[in-house]
Amino acid sequence: MTVFRALLVITLSVMTACSGGERRVEQGTRDGILHFGNGTEPQGVDPHTTTGVPEHHIEQALFEGLVGKDPETLAPVPGVADRWEISADGRVYRFHLRENARWSNGEAITAEDFRWSWWRGLQPALGNEYAYMLYPIRNAEAYATGKLTDFSQVGVRVIDLHTLEIELTAPTPYFMQLLDHESMFPVPRKVIEKFGTPVDRFSQWTRPGNMVSNGPFRLTEWKLYKYVRLEKNPYYWDAANVKLNGIVFYPTENTITEERLFRSQQLHVTSSIPLDKIPVYRTSRSDELRVDPYLGSYYYMINVKRPGLNDARVRRALAMAIDRDSLIKNVLDGVNFPAYSMTPPGTAGYQPPILFKFDPEGARKLLADAGYPGGKGLPKIEILYNTNEAHRKIAVALQQMWKTNLNIDVTMLNQEWKVYLDSRNSLDYSVARAAWIGDYVDPDTFLNMWITGGGNNDTGWSSAEYDDLILHKIPAMHTQEERFAGFTRAETILMQEMPIIPIYIYSTKYLIHPSVKGMPTNLLDYYAFKHIHLEPET
Amino acid sequence: MWRFIASRVLQAIPVLFIVITLTFFLVRFAPGGPFSTEKAVVPEVKRALEAQYQLDQPLLAQFGSYLTDLVHGDFGPSFKYPGRTVNELIAAGFPATAELGLYALLVAVVLGMAAGIVAALNPNSWRDYVPMSAAMIGICMPTFLLGPLLVLIFGLWLEWLPVSGWGEVSGDKILPSITLGAAYAAYIARLTRSGMLEVLSQDYIRTARAKGLPEYVVVFKHALRGGVIPVVAFLGPAFAGLLSGSFVVETIFQVPGLGRFFVQAAFNRDYTLILGSTVFFAVLIVVFNLLSDVLAAWLNPRLRAGLGVK
Amino acid sequence: MNATRIEDYEQGTSLWRDAWIRLRKNRLAVIGGMTLIVVTLLCLLAPFVSPYGYEQQDLVLGAAGPSARHWLGTDVFGRDLLTRILYGGRISLMVGLIATGVALIIGVTWGAIAGYAGGRVDAVMMRFVDIVYALPFMIFVVLLMVVFGRNLLLLFLVIGAVEWLTMARIVRGQVQGLKQLEFIEAAVSLGLSGWTIIRRHLIPNAIGPVIVYTTLTIPSVMLLEAFISFLGLGIQPPQSSWGSLIAEGVETMEEFPWLLIFPGMALSLTLFALNFLGDGLRDALDVRTSRD
Repeated sequence: MTVFRALLVITLSVMTACSGGERRVEQGTRDGILHFGNGTEPQGVDPHTTTGVPEHHIEQALFEGLVGKDPETLAPVPGVADRWEISADGRVYRFHLRENARWSNGEAITAEDFRWSWWRGLQPALGNEYAYMLYPIRNAEAYATGKLTDFSQVGVRVIDLHTLEIELTAPTPYFMQLLDHESMFPVPRKVIEKFGTPVDRFSQWTRPGNMVSNGPFRLTEWKLYKYVRLEKNPYYWDAANVKLNGIVFYPTENTITEERLFRSQQLHVTSSIPLDKIPVYRTSRSDELRVDPYLGSYYYMINVKRPGLNDARVRRALAMAIDRDSLIKNVLDGVNFPAYSMTPPGTAGYQPPILFKFDPEGARKLLADAGYPGGKGLPKIEILYNTNEAHRKIAVALQQMWKTNLNIDVTMLNQEWKVYLDSRNSLDYSVARAAWIGDYVDPDTFLNMWITGGGNNDTGWSSAEYDDLILHKIPAMHTQEERFAGFTRAETILMQEMPIIPIYIYSTKYLIHPSVKGMPTNLLDYYAFKHIHLEPET
Repeated sequence: MWRFIASRVLQAIPVLFIVITLTFFLVRFAPGGPFSTEKAVVPEVKRALEAQYQLDQPLLAQFGSYLTDLVHGDFGPSFKYPGRTVNELIAAGFPATAELGLYALLVAVVLGMAAGIVAALNPNSWRDYVPMSAAMIGICMPTFLLGPLLVLIFGLWLEWLPVSGWGEVSGDKILPSITLGAAYAAYIARLTRSGMLEVLSQDYIRTARAKGLPEYVVVFKHALRGGVIPVVAFLGPAFAGLLSGSFVVETIFQVPGLGRFFVQAAFNRDYTLILGSTVFFAVLIVVFNLLSDVLAAWLNPRLRAGLGVK
Repeated sequence: MNATRIEDYEQGTSLWRDAWIRLRKNRLAVIGGMTLIVVTLLCLLAPFVSPYGYEQQDLVLGAAGPSARHWLGTDVFGRDLLTRILYGGRISLMVGLIATGVALIIGVTWGAIAGYAGGRVDAVMMRFVDIVYALPFMIFVVLLMVVFGRNLLLLFLVIGAVEWLTMARIVRGQVQGLKQLEFIEAAVSLGLSGWTIIRRHLIPNAIGPVIVYTTLTIPSVMLLEAFISFLGLGIQPPQSSWGSLIAEGVETMEEFPWLLIFPGMALSLTLFALNFLGDGLRDALDVRTSRD
């Protein structure tokens, strides 16, 4: 057996023949390098051709818009623009760009850079999935959909080198927030044109070495499925206040692996945490656990075209038969908040009406009124969800609640993501799990999707009064009180008709090493990387 | 022998063509496309995207232009990663996958054959039961269990080895290689044992023993050759399986390999990347099945005659 | 019936009867067989063995370790683990049996024909195997699900349809080797048909590796079921299988180890039993090794 033993020794020694090293977190904290668990391999870092959260994180570090957000209050703070004026009717914004704003190759940023970037972002041929974020700008939608070909009619005007004027279709209270979205970031025209046409999705301009950006950090290295490495951008106007020397983003699609990386001090921050680990961290290492409300709703969609489910009383009975407190306490480890409305309470100060509660007795009565006493005769209901541990757990719990409280039999069906999306879009389901994360802090982002034929309204539900409110009445309102009253009316229609059953309000859950400072929590899971710094533990 | 290899290489052409054709149409008919997302895409944007990737053309025309590009060695652009070509993604992912597969194969062959031979030489004794029980446990233990378990023990409790990574710190290749190789080691152990038992009972081994040859000569020179034929037949598909089945291990250990790309591509409906990886793996499967057939022929004198080998 | 037929028949029975006698003498094989019977019976009689339903929740109790009320503990929903293992065993044993059966029948037949025929037939058949190997399995499964809908029989067929490939290669290798042996040549010169030779002489002589590989296929089939269920084709919650119980147990192996250990033990116990039975069968059927 000596031959085999020798072979084994050789095998093992070949595998170990690599350089030694210390834990990344200690080393990173010393050198000012943040090691960041980022979920998945980013599609790319071109703000106009990417859509996901991991890409969003990297782009937030690479670019800067006209304004930024305060990481604590989410209020607009100066970015490339150091001051701005808004007209009395709320339709015209004038931004004054700071003169020391530079690209990462040292060249100055001008108002024209923004105009050109938005022109690119709205090019129909580019296929920018987030182009709709620019739609509040006058004629932007017409231009992006090809109905208008003259860009000079779009509400973006260069006044001089450092002044940009934007004209909106209607006053949009949340417009300042949109300016910090990646679709509004400036992109470097010269570099993009050097590597292809402006609408070329296959361009190489975002490769390390080619790429130029304008944010606090710049791209230095990109190893596929290993990491994306950023370093501090010395030309950034506020570089003196940027404390990190670099950030490394890791693709960590497996949350169990990610948690273990964190535990063995390989990551400063994770993208998520497995549900079952939350109690462990809460009791023994609570300073490393972050659980905070997130601007998102988790709900079940109902196909209102299905027999049985086409009766609003049945839908409301289903909603009232869910014990959300028990679900959250016993299944979700207490990290979420029960939801009784589509819009999370407190969104931009708005309080949605609460129109129902957990009431099994009332639910049974509604079901009986609808002609299904004791659940008898109700056509089969199947919960559709995309394959995921948490979705499965919720479906298992809800199925049992509906069985116990309403005496109805419910089956479950999990589908792989793309298949699930397909079933949803083609209304090939009876009840489906869904969620919506707000694009901006305003009730509008949660309520405008339920209009008739809305791209995300996969329920078949439609209400003329609701459409009128969302599309015409509310956009014409000027004060916040008026708007909120409008949203309350819309939310009331939605919860009486119940095409969707709100279940809980999202929360962000992740792990963070105590040495990471300057990373406060906020509703949008927004990280201002320029403010983050690392302090060795004492 | 060369004729045999040449004819197999020729046979590979229709095999690859059929694989490409079937895969091309399979992925197109699978529900959900590369641009179906949760937040509904504006119809105009969707049309523009489809135009950029030529999805607006007739399916047969797309197939034709794909084949034309393929003949020129061009797998096309990735749908999911704008600005990346499939060639680039495969080139980036394959080295780690191949290295992992190779180490895993080494682990599997060395451990598996050693255990199998020991067991076969001492049938129905503890030296048979212990390695064979270990092999059974190895087979029951899926990689998605063994990987996290090894990490827990050696990475987090004992702190002997890194929790994950590939070529970043010393020793980070050990656990992934063992995890991936273990199941195959167990298979090989079982196949070696039964193959060896079979051969050891045959007349020429008895003759060799009767001639008074030392036991190790009998075992390694005469018996092993015939005894490992089932193992060799298994090795071809096994290595292909190691390469294409490594995504679980790659995900657990953050190995930057092709398996992860491939599975993500399937989930993302990244048509070109699915096709590219499939074709790439198909070539590997053809090559390794050929190698394992050649090796089996070389080991088996009776077969060698049939192949015209002297 | 003519004379040769009767002879063949008698030879057949005595071979199987001898094997049965030898098998019964093999203590380990008998224990293995008994264990399998007991496990199967327990799973089939689950409703009588356990006072709980497999879907019966107790959210307030949640995940709890083994106790007098729940012998193997409960999962996060407070469901009795023993009950879930027993019900899960029904699915897993059925998958193991049917899918492996499918793989065995296709694989052995395919491999034996290819190996015996040789030449062009062999080339075409084995290249077909290469093609099926190369197809992207996941896409294939998703598509099947869309075309045929979700159904358990399809699950078994899909698993069988991928697992037969390696079996075919192994059998073909064996048959190729055996083909050149004197007794096959003798059979050919006696004028026996190819099919008879394959059935009577080649397959029985290749049975050792086939049985070994079959016992290896069963666990991989049971685990594959978990992956296919993950894609949505297999069983759906609240039903369970051993594969899915183990897959879920892995996620909480540090917090609730019993959720991994007990399903893992159920699977291992069954496979060990199967394995001993398989070894016994091989020894009993194989005329040559049993002499030693």
